[in-house]
Amino acid sequence: MSVGFHELEEAPPPMTSRLEGELLEVSMGPQHPSTHGVFRMNVALEGEIVRKLKPVFGYLHRNHEKIGENTSYLGSMPYTDRLDYFCSMTNNWAYALSVEKLAGIEVPERAEYLRVILAELTRLQNHASLLGFLLSDMGAWGTPLMYAFREREKILDLFESLSGSRMMCDYMRFGGCRCDLPPGWMERARKLVDGFPRFLDEFEKLVVSNEILIARTQEVGKLSAELAINAGITGPMLRACGVNYDLRKVDGYGFYPRFKFRVPLGEHGDCYDRLMMRVLELRESVGILQQAMEQIPPGPIVNPKVKLRSFRPPVGEAYGRIEGPKGELGFYLISDGGSNPYRYRVRPPSFINLTILEDLCLGHTVADVMVILGSIDIVMGEVDR
Amino acid sequence: MESLEEIKARGEAAVPGAKITIVPNPGPANQPSLLLDHEHATAIARFLRNDVALRLDHCSNATGVDWLDRKVSKKVKVKKVVEGEEKEIEETHEEFFPGYLEAVYHLYSMTHKHGPVVIRMRTTDRGEAARLPSLTPIFRSAEFQEREIFDLYGIRFDGHPDLRRILMWDEFADFPMRKDYREPDDYEYEPTPHDDVLEKAKEHYSARPQLDGAENLTAQS
Amino acid sequence: MIGSGVLNGMAVTMRNFIGSYFEKDRLITVQYPEERETLPENYRNFPFLIFDTDDAEAGLRCVACKICEKECPPQCIYIVKSEDKKPDYMGKPQFYPATFDIDISVCMSCQICVEVCPFEAIKMDKVFELSRRERFDALLMRKNELAKSNTYYHNIHPLEAAEVDAKLTEAAEAKKKKT
Repeated sequence: MSVGFHELEEAPPPMTSRLEGELLEVSMGPQHPSTHGVFRMNVALEGEIVRKLKPVFGYLHRNHEKIGENTSYLGSMPYTDRLDYFCSMTNNWAYALSVEKLAGIEVPERAEYLRVILAELTRLQNHASLLGFLLSDMGAWGTPLMYAFREREKILDLFESLSGSRMMCDYMRFGGCRCDLPPGWMERARKLVDGFPRFLDEFEKLVVSNEILIARTQEVGKLSAELAINAGITGPMLRACGVNYDLRKVDGYGFYPRFKFRVPLGEHGDCYDRLMMRVLELRESVGILQQAMEQIPPGPIVNPKVKLRSFRPPVGEAYGRIEGPKGELGFYLISDGGSNPYRYRVRPPSFINLTILEDLCLGHTVADVMVILGSIDIVMGEVDR
Repeated sequence: MESLEEIKARGEAAVPGAKITIVPNPGPANQPSLLLDHEHATAIARFLRNDVALRLDHCSNATGVDWLDRKVSKKVKVKKVVEGEEKEIEETHEEFFPGYLEAVYHLYSMTHKHGPVVIRMRTTDRGEAARLPSLTPIFRSAEFQEREIFDLYGIRFDGHPDLRRILMWDEFADFPMRKDYREPDDYEYEPTPHDDVLEKAKEHYSARPQLDGAENLTAQS
Repeated sequence: MIGSGVLNGMAVTMRNFIGSYFEKDRLITVQYPEERETLPENYRNFPFLIFDTDDAEAGLRCVACKICEKECPPQCIYIVKSEDKKPDYMGKPQFYPATFDIDISVCMSCQICVEVCPFEAIKMDKVFELSRRERFDALLMRKNELAKSNTYYHNIHPLEAAEVDAKLTEAAEAKKKKT
C-alpha cells in the first residue's frame, strides 16, 4: 500500500508575525578583518540599512598617557612608535617637536631636512597601504594590497637601514635625529622616489576608472565641510570636503615653507574623494621629497646643547602638532621641572576622525560601512592608546 | 590674531557677567591660557567660535589634567614680642591649595588660520563636585574627547549628549589617569623581580589589604 | 565605455604578473629561511655586553654604573653592583656587575641603553632567531650569555665599531697625557 500525503482536516493558520520596522542589532567586530584591528560597532539595522551606529573601542587600551607620565621624556620616544605603528617617524617628530617647544630647543638644518624626508616617506607608505586596505575592504582582495605593500616594503627597508628597525624606528631625538645617514642611503632613497610615480600611474590605472570602485565609493559617506570643521576632522579627510587646511602650510613647521607643493582639495567629501585625496597627496609628497633631497645640506644632525641623560625642560606647558598622514597629530605636555612630564597627552587624529562615523554611515548599507570606515583611515594602536 | 587681553576684554563685554582670568605659562612655548568660569563657559566658547575676527572653529585638543592638593611652606619673618622684647622671628607658614581637576581645550581657527587660544576650566574639588559644563554642543570634536576625560579623570560634563566610558570597560570603577590612582593587583610572574616589582610580588603573595573605598567611586553620575 | 576601467585594471595586473618574472622591483620577497637577505649595518635587535681581550669575565667594559637600568623605558635590565673592585682591561680597579640580566621578553629594542652608556659597554645585537619553548627563564639573558667579544661587535657593526674604538683609544691617550 502506498503512503499518500497526510491529509489535514484544516490548513494551519498563516504566520502573522513580522519584523515590521523593528531594528536588528548587530555587533560588528571586534574580530573582523575589515575593522583594521580590534574595533567594534554596535549597529542597528533596518533590513540592510544602518539606522544607528555606536563605535565601541578600547580593546587595545594600555593607558599610553599614564606610561608617558611615568617615564622620562626620552623614554617616551620609543613608546610613541607604537601609537600609530604605520607612521612611527611622524609620531616621533610630533613628540620631538612638542618637547622642543616646551624646552625651547633649536634643531640644526640638516636634521630638519632629514625629518621632512622621513615624514614624507612615511606619508608615502601610509597612504599607499591605506589605498590597498581600502580596496581590500571593498572586495578587491589581495592584489592592490600586495602592490601597495610591495612599495611600502621598499620604504621600510630604507627605514631599517637608517634607524635599525622597520616599523619601530625610534629615530628622532630632542633637538635633532639619532644618527646620520648610512653610506649609499640617499642614492637608494632617490631611486625609490624617482620610481614611485610609476607605481602611482599603475595604481591609478588599476583603480581610478574602475566602474565597481566608482559605484561603491561615489556618493557614499558624504561629509559636509561645516560638520567636518566643527567635528575637528583633520588630514586628507578634511581636505576631501574642500577645506584648505594643511598644517604644513598653516603652521609651516619643519622646513615646509621652503618647498613648493600644492594642497589637493576635494569637492564632494565622499569616499571617492577621500580615496583620490590620498593618491594626489602621494604625488605632492614625491615632489617634496625630490626638492628636499636636492637641497639637504651637510652639517650636524643633533643640537649638542641637549642633554641625553637627565633631560629636564623648564616649568611650563606646550602643545605641538604636525600634519601626520592621518591628520593633525598633537602632543600636549606639561612640565613641572622634573625628569618626567607632569601631563603627557596625545591628540590622536584617527580617534577624533571617528567622531562622525555615525553621521557618515546613517542611511547606508552594511557593506558601505566598511568602505566608509576604511576611508577614514584608522589605526587602533592610536585610537585606543 | 589679537592678544589674550583683548580677547578677554571683548569676551567679558560680549557675555555679561562672565569672569575670565588669564593663566600665564612660564615656559619658552609661551602659550598662556584663559580660565573660564563654569556658568558662562559655554557662552564664552560660543563667542570665541562665532566672533567674526576670531572664528576659533577648530577645537583641536581637549584634555584633562589632575592637580592634587598641595601644601606650600613659606618662611615669613614675623615681629613678635618675646619676653617683653620685640624680636624678628622666622616662622614657616603652610599654605594649603586644594586639588582640582582641569579641562584644557586648544582652539584654532580654520577660517583665519590662526591659533592656538587655550581655554581651561577647573572643578571646585576632586570628588563629587568634579563637574564642568560640556563644550560638545559648540564643538562636536569634543564629544569623544570629553568622554575620554570623563573615563580617565572622572570629570562629569553637564550637557554632554552621551557621557559614557569610552576606553575602559563600563564596569570599571575608579579613574586611571588621576595622580592618586591605585593600580589593581596585576602582578605577573617575573624571573627576577626587583625594586617595585619585588614589592608588588610580596604584596601579591601576602594577604590582600582592604581597599580604601576607591571601588565606591563608580562611573555613575 | 562601461567595463573599460575594469579591463584597464586587468591589464595592470597582467603586466605585474609577467613583470614579476623579469623585474627585481616587482617581486621583492625572498624564500626565508632558505634565502636570506643580509641585514643592514644599523639593524638592531637586543642589547649585549662587550668585553675586550679574551676573558669574558675580566674584560667586561661594564662598570655597573646602573645608568642603563635607570633609563631603560620598560625596565628590563637588572644589575647588581659588585662589592669589591677588580682591575679592568686597562688595569684600573673598577666595580663590575655581579649580576647583569636583560629580560628580552620585555625589551623593546629601543637602543636607549646604548645611547646613554658612557663606557661604550652595551651595544645592539643582530641575532633575531630567538624563539624559545618557555616564556620566562629561557628569555632572560644572564651575564655570561650577554657578554660578547669586541671582535664580534666588529663583525656585526663594522663602521660603528671602528668609530667607537677610535673614540676609546683617543680617550685613553688623553688620559695618559694628563697623568
